[in-house]
Amino acid sequence: MSAISKKISLVVAALAAVLLPFVLEDFRVFQLNLVLIYAIAILGLNILTGYGGQISLGHGAFFAVGAYTSAILISQVGMSTYLTIPIAAVVCLVMGVLMGFPALRLAGHYLALATFALAIATPQLLKYKGIEHWTGGVQGIILDKPTPPFGFTLFGNELSEDRWLYLVILAIALGLFWLAHNLLSGRVGRAIVAIRDQPTAAAALGINLTFVKTATFGLSAAYTGIAGALSALAVAYIAPDSFPAFLSISLLVGVVVGGLGSISGAIFGALFIQFVPNVADQISKSAPWAVYGGMLLALAYVAPDGVMGILKKIKNRRQAQ
Amino acid sequence: MKKINHIKALVAVVALASASFGLNAQPYDPGATDKEIKIGNTNPYSGAFSAYGSYGKAQAAYFKKINDEGGINGRKINFISTDDGFSPPKTLENARKLVEQEKVLFFFATLGTAPNTAIHKYMNQKKVPQLFVQTGASKWGDPKNYPWTMGWQPNYISEGKVFAQAILDNQPKGKIALLYQNDDSGKDLLLGLEQGLGARKDMLVARETYEGTDPTVDSQIVKLKASGADIFIHGSGPKFAAQSMKKIAELGWKPTQYVWQVSSSIGAVLTPAGIDNTVGLITSAFSKDPSDPQWKNDKAILEYEAWFKKYLPGADPTDSFYIQGYMNAQTIEQVLKQAGNNLTRENIMKQAASINDFRLPLLLPGVNVQTSATDFYPIERMQLARFDGKAWVLFGKTYGD
Amino acid sequence: MDSFVLQVTAGLANGGIYAAVGLALVMIHQATHHINFAQGEMATFSTFIAWAMIQAGVPYWIAFVVTMVVSFVAGLLIQRIFLKPVEKAPILTNVIVFVGLLVIFNAFAGWIFEHTIKSFPSPFPVEGMFLPKYFSGHQIGSISVTLVVLLSVFCFFRFTPLGLAMRAAAFNPESARLVGIRVSWMLALGWGMAALIGAVAGMMIAPIVFLDPNMMAGILLYGFAAALLGGIDNPWGAVVGGVILGVLENILGAYVIGSDLKLTMALVLIVTILIFRPYGLFGKPIFSRV
Repeated sequence: MSAISKKISLVVAALAAVLLPFVLEDFRVFQLNLVLIYAIAILGLNILTGYGGQISLGHGAFFAVGAYTSAILISQVGMSTYLTIPIAAVVCLVMGVLMGFPALRLAGHYLALATFALAIATPQLLKYKGIEHWTGGVQGIILDKPTPPFGFTLFGNELSEDRWLYLVILAIALGLFWLAHNLLSGRVGRAIVAIRDQPTAAAALGINLTFVKTATFGLSAAYTGIAGALSALAVAYIAPDSFPAFLSISLLVGVVVGGLGSISGAIFGALFIQFVPNVADQISKSAPWAVYGGMLLALAYVAPDGVMGILKKIKNRRQAQ
Repeated sequence: MKKINHIKALVAVVALASASFGLNAQPYDPGATDKEIKIGNTNPYSGAFSAYGSYGKAQAAYFKKINDEGGINGRKINFISTDDGFSPPKTLENARKLVEQEKVLFFFATLGTAPNTAIHKYMNQKKVPQLFVQTGASKWGDPKNYPWTMGWQPNYISEGKVFAQAILDNQPKGKIALLYQNDDSGKDLLLGLEQGLGARKDMLVARETYEGTDPTVDSQIVKLKASGADIFIHGSGPKFAAQSMKKIAELGWKPTQYVWQVSSSIGAVLTPAGIDNTVGLITSAFSKDPSDPQWKNDKAILEYEAWFKKYLPGADPTDSFYIQGYMNAQTIEQVLKQAGNNLTRENIMKQAASINDFRLPLLLPGVNVQTSATDFYPIERMQLARFDGKAWVLFGKTYGD
Repeated sequence: MDSFVLQVTAGLANGGIYAAVGLALVMIHQATHHINFAQGEMATFSTFIAWAMIQAGVPYWIAFVVTMVVSFVAGLLIQRIFLKPVEKAPILTNVIVFVGLLVIFNAFAGWIFEHTIKSFPSPFPVEGMFLPKYFSGHQIGSISVTLVVLLSVFCFFRFTPLGLAMRAAAFNPESARLVGIRVSWMLALGWGMAALIGAVAGMMIAPIVFLDPNMMAGILLYGFAAALLGGIDNPWGAVVGGVILGVLENILGAYVIGSDLKLTMALVLIVTILIFRPYGLFGKPIFSRV
């Protein structure tokens, strides 16, 4: 593909993305918002697990912290909605870095185990009486959806709260994806991957393992935290039950489906975890998760590099011809 | 001759015109047609709270029975129930899909406080009835601020107050210990208890909570016993109530025990706990327990059991969620019958707020369903009952209005 | 004082539960060096099978043995069918498979057996045979069963050639193959035995906590904590770890931190052990070479 046609297709894609909410009904836009949010969260997890090789089964905790940070700041402190997002990012960044330190000493399954424990304990932690005053305890926190700053109509659909939020989330998502792409295809990315594949050798080559690994954890947490904060706005309500252990598992599934170590794969992963449960629900009321789990297994065997891996194979085959 | 032809033509044109303008006398909102009423619902069919999915299953089975018998006013019920796994974001997504895409007429018996909270504002903004919410939390009866939302069962604050009243009447010098679920339902019970005790709040000497993931509550029971209380209130879910009753007996502790209606099923709770351990237990009841031998030949119970056999084969009859789901479905049936052919959302809400002394056959004799424009609590009455080893024997007055 | 003793004995009884689950986890880890996240759900499913048999009228101990056998075979098959293809794959892929199995077992249990809580019978007398004031018959019985399982596992790994072969296969598959050990089958055997132990654990636990598809959700975490505390390669450690955990949880819950942070306590314990002493109280440190 020549450089110019690539640029044109990018512009077209961007335009399509911006116009998309106006040809869809409100509730579809809401679902798209969730897809974008999950994509950001999955990208965050991918940075840690796909690139960094550190398995986390507990990323739901960062999602929750991001959501609660934003919600508490809005409802208790009265802060402007949009300002809470970078703050949530910073809070999660710090939390991720702090967690990165003990994670340094845990390999493979042990880290998976520790983070699994975190995922299971998260709802209980959120209900804790001691912080109930801030978190609203079991009742959770109800928010108002941010209102669009101006109104207009396009293709017969007005700029509703959902569509406005879509544009905000889209902008943030594009920025985060661009940032991840730049970081990970440069020296930072190579350092992270080197540590994943040959840690002792990487250390011997002068890479500061502690710094890179904890920073990776922090960055990963920040991304997922931003996604969490955005989810609080999109749903306008959070409660401890919004962050069950299954959320962490879903995020991991999203990473696997999209493809480990793939940035753009996050979108596929997000589409999967958003829509597949709905589809599975229609196949069988009692066992949507069985279908979910079955797909998990199928992907693990058939397509370990996820959707992006499949696409790459197709592309390679085409180029070889 | 020509004049008559003109008049005939005029009449024909007018008739055609009025027909083409759909001079249909039926006022319908989306979800209602001549043949069908679409109802939306979510339940946790998967995840940690999947035990509550029994409510939705019972309701679906009840609507099936109604449809088999011809529907309501000639219309079949299309009950669209989706799984939200008790996750509020999913509940909202499902609700939006059902309202905006499936275009249901109204929402019925959505389960769980957090899930319902997630859609509370949305439903009222969209002016879609959120009826007979399947939770005992007290906040659903607020017609001034949320005119489109209504609860159904007696809420737990009322139950707490009833217990407090009974204790003040019978054991004014007693000391109370409470084990309650660490969620809004349990907290509502505690709140009602405290409100009912009023100045004598100090009678509540010990309280403990537990999590659904705790394997046992033995530790909590031991701690509560150490408080020296002589009255024990079970505000815990069925499994933990059974464990508690067993442990209390094992410890040789003999307090007066109250159990809230959630965990009062003879088959599901008292039997696993050990019948000998549960004689003397007091509960507040508003409906008949099918595992209670005193209702063995009761017409409503027999009807229920026949329905159960036919429409829920293989299901566990001791699960009290089924009968509650069934009763809730009967209540909405009444509302739809009252609405007749006027199936606008506004009328549905109006009918729901005008249930006048409706005696559901499975309700206890003194209890009714009653609503008004200012009273959004359909079932408020309950009566105390004591377990005599075989059945829940009703005693005392009927509380509530 | 009496209350304190009661807390401790209640903790011992709970500890027996955690120990039983911990033993299954130790078994899998010794045989495969993997942590089986699906262990809890597999145990629950086995318990449901036993329940179904008992409901159909099968006498308890026959149902018990049949369940053990069925679980053994199932565990073996699961390893052959689901884990063999990813034996050489990165750890993450294996973790994905475990999680997939967890989800599937949980979903099938709910689908086939419904979500209502069921009571599961106990084969032991109601009154404790020993210190009846503090222990019920079932608690004594299940602790005894756990000890029997523990002894069997320990003797198996220590004294039998097969046990040695299994440990070798997990430790160094290449070398083990060179001495003629069929590594793949050792792994399958390990899975079978772990599934068997898990089934026993489930059947001992169900009478206490009642049977439903989510029975093991919280207990699994405590089982992990118990196994880690004692040393994930040490069956004795799992039992001691379970007991310590049970008592600690009750004492802390009753006197220090309150009962609503128990899972958090397990979490903190797991993380602390993994960081400061990953081989547990009784394990040996493992060093890796570049």
